[in-house]
Amino acid sequence: MSEMTTAHGIARRPLVAGLLKDRPEGLLVVTGLGSPTYDVAAAGDDPRNFYLWGAMGSAVTVGLGLALAQPEGRVLVITGDGELLMALGALATVGVQGPRNLAVCVLDNERYGETGGQASHTGSGVDIPAVATACGFREVRSFGKSYDIEEARRFVREAEGPVLASFKIDPAEQPRVMPPRDGHHLRTRFRQALLGNEAGLTG
Amino acid sequence: MPGDDAKPREGSVANEFDWAPGDWRRDIFEAFRAADVRQVAYVPDAGHASLIRACHADNAMKAVVLTTEEEGIGVLAGAHLGGQRGVLLMQSSGVGNCVNTFSLIRNCGFPMVAIVTMRGEWGEFNPWQVPMGQGTEAAMKEGGFVVHRLDRADEVGPAVAAALSMAFDGGTPVALLLSQRLIGAKKF
Repeated sequence: MSEMTTAHGIARRPLVAGLLKDRPEGLLVVTGLGSPTYDVAAAGDDPRNFYLWGAMGSAVTVGLGLALAQPEGRVLVITGDGELLMALGALATVGVQGPRNLAVCVLDNERYGETGGQASHTGSGVDIPAVATACGFREVRSFGKSYDIEEARRFVREAEGPVLASFKIDPAEQPRVMPPRDGHHLRTRFRQALLGNEAGLTG
Repeated sequence: MPGDDAKPREGSVANEFDWAPGDWRRDIFEAFRAADVRQVAYVPDAGHASLIRACHADNAMKAVVLTTEEEGIGVLAGAHLGGQRGVLLMQSSGVGNCVNTFSLIRNCGFPMVAIVTMRGEWGEFNPWQVPMGQGTEAAMKEGGFVVHRLDRADEVGPAVAAALSMAFDGGTPVALLLSQRLIGAKKF
């Protein structure tokens, strides 16, 4: 066992840091509310991160609209099982559009960590990778404790999308690392980083 | 083909499309093209049917079919982050599905245009459509939208153009309610 895993699953912080390591210019990240937002912030705040602090269930659809608008970029949605389960239909919507540059990364701890650790559906047999396959995702992988971070990084950044990668993570909570919460700021800085300084309020 | 990149616009697809004479849906489509709308997120709806077909036929637009309306708020937020303009087409019954996701628009200032075909009013035969139809205007206002109600065919095109300008030049979310009197009450 390395620092990448614990007895209870994949260690989430080194995983997310590993997925974002040596980040290329065109790698755009959308996070689902809760711990994935803190995990991505812990890996290093970046204007090309768009953190959702609410609108639960919207991470995949924000990633889809962004991927369609930026076909030359690569969009990683990093979210949790609870957030994704709230809008499973979004996987079907992604399947219909078939964006080759979209990867959905699910940090699956089989529970709702933000609200006291209640069990989510994935701990009772609901199989998100199988749902994604049935929705028409081109590549679907499930990573467990024996995973290889370089292989996972290549998969989510290079495999022809839409791809979904499910990571069975250690459910232990990590110290919160808080990125900016001001949505106007997050939106504007993202657009300026991607589209140039002229891209402000309007568009 | 799913996943194909948008191609540059050329010609007028609307001219090749089989519109009924005087169809105000064509005016909506032309306003989309004039304002460079690239993503049209929609939930299938009879009132928008010919407009949806035209958007699918335009190779410069992505017509994104949703399983539920709130997905459209996320898709259009993502489109804006990526530098494209988008519009949401839906029916009044779907407005209630969006309420939590309206927080994205308000908190981040996303420009947003929703074009809503109305049910549950003028001549509605189905009482199940009435609660959401009657609550639509208030719900959209609560969600932070400026709401315009349209009853006449000749005001639709200019209203769409004005809404797109207000949203994308001014950052104000706008909802256009296409009244059941305009569309014609559904009959069975």
